[in-house]
Amino acid sequence: MSIFEYNGSAVVAMVGKNCFAIASDRRLGVQLQTVATDFQRVFKIHDRLYIGLSGLATDAQTLYQRLVFRHKLYQLREERDMKPQTFASLVSALLYEKRFGPYFCQPVIAGLGDNDEPFICTMDCLGAKELAKDFVVSGTASESLYGACESMYKPSMEPEELFETISQALLASVDRDCLSGWGGYVLLVTPTEVQERVLKGRMD
Amino acid sequence: MGDSQYSFSLTTFSPSGKLVQIEHALTAVGSGQTSLGIKAANGVVIATEKKLPSILVDETSVQKIQTLTPNIGVVYSGMGPDFRVLVRKSRKQAQQYYRLYKETIPVTQLVRETAAVMQEFTQSGGVRPFGVSLLIAGYDDNGPQLYQVDPSGSYFSWKASAMGKNVSNAKTFLEKRYTEDMELDDAIHTTILTLKEGYLVFLICCFCLIPLFQSNLIEF
Repeated sequence: MSIFEYNGSAVVAMVGKNCFAIASDRRLGVQLQTVATDFQRVFKIHDRLYIGLSGLATDAQTLYQRLVFRHKLYQLREERDMKPQTFASLVSALLYEKRFGPYFCQPVIAGLGDNDEPFICTMDCLGAKELAKDFVVSGTASESLYGACESMYKPSMEPEELFETISQALLASVDRDCLSGWGGYVLLVTPTEVQERVLKGRMD
Repeated sequence: MGDSQYSFSLTTFSPSGKLVQIEHALTAVGSGQTSLGIKAANGVVIATEKKLPSILVDETSVQKIQTLTPNIGVVYSGMGPDFRVLVRKSRKQAQQYYRLYKETIPVTQLVRETAAVMQEFTQSGGVRPFGVSLLIAGYDDNGPQLYQVDPSGSYFSWKASAMGKNVSNAKTFLEKRYTEDMELDDAIHTTILTLKEGYLVFLICCFCLIPLFQSNLIEF
């Protein structure tokens, strides 16, 4: 079994009209055994920037701690929050530093940039950035997620519709993957507010 | 004065609480050629006199004003070779920032890092302080900015400043002529007048930064 499939994960981010949504599953497993059903994979960097980390859970947690550390220092030195594009470049650089002994994570970065323009991107475990205008996926359920998102996504969705779409795409995909699931966690970010919702799906 | 016994070791405080080597470095700066800078409402200008020891010197090879990034420039008073070393280090730091964040370095960050380098050389063994004061001028998201960095590593933000020889006359002149809402053209004009106050001028370098993130190096 690949190291990326040790814990099981599913993360997806989608762009709407002046908003974005980022969602993940909640299962933490040790190969075939489910160990937790409330595991957090989507983390906040600042009010308008979130990162979802799929892959090996220990690397996800460590990488998140390192990124928060770097961002806090950046905030203190530069007296401003990091832009999403800048943060993505930082994550990419951090991952490449470990080129020959990498973090086994695939990050999904989602944020609101200048003029409330939504920004999403993903990268592989070595930091190869992949920008997208519509959606990005990662984790053990990524193949199903690609299919579900491709068929359900429409451009310029309003926040409520975006929430519905991303929730349905996530739940449908994790049902096809034995290593991810046990519910979902969706964050919807608009320029004025952040909505967190927990989904109940097939609890298996 | 008891201070003179402490003037040879950089890393020892004198009884009066001074690092005498840094005082000497400031003297070296004070006997260097005048340089000045003015922050206008829509840009910054820095200038210095380019006085060459002989007419046989190829004036195109002497660069007293340098760019650190496409929108940040620097001029100095003091020792030319020390200036070159600092320019090299600062350019490298600016590029390292870009490599990490894919974003051009803000002026305040570059000034901080340059000042940190200069401070290092006041607290290490076997080195001497840099014999230059720098005027760093830049334009970024926070608008036009002008900073002075001293050999001790302290830095200040100025609306208009001068360094080097004749600095008190130059500053008095600037105090009289500076206004908050100066345009860039007025600032250039004032700069030239201030430099003229001191000397018979042979050659001046001027450096202007305008809001389009372009830098223009003018020599005349």
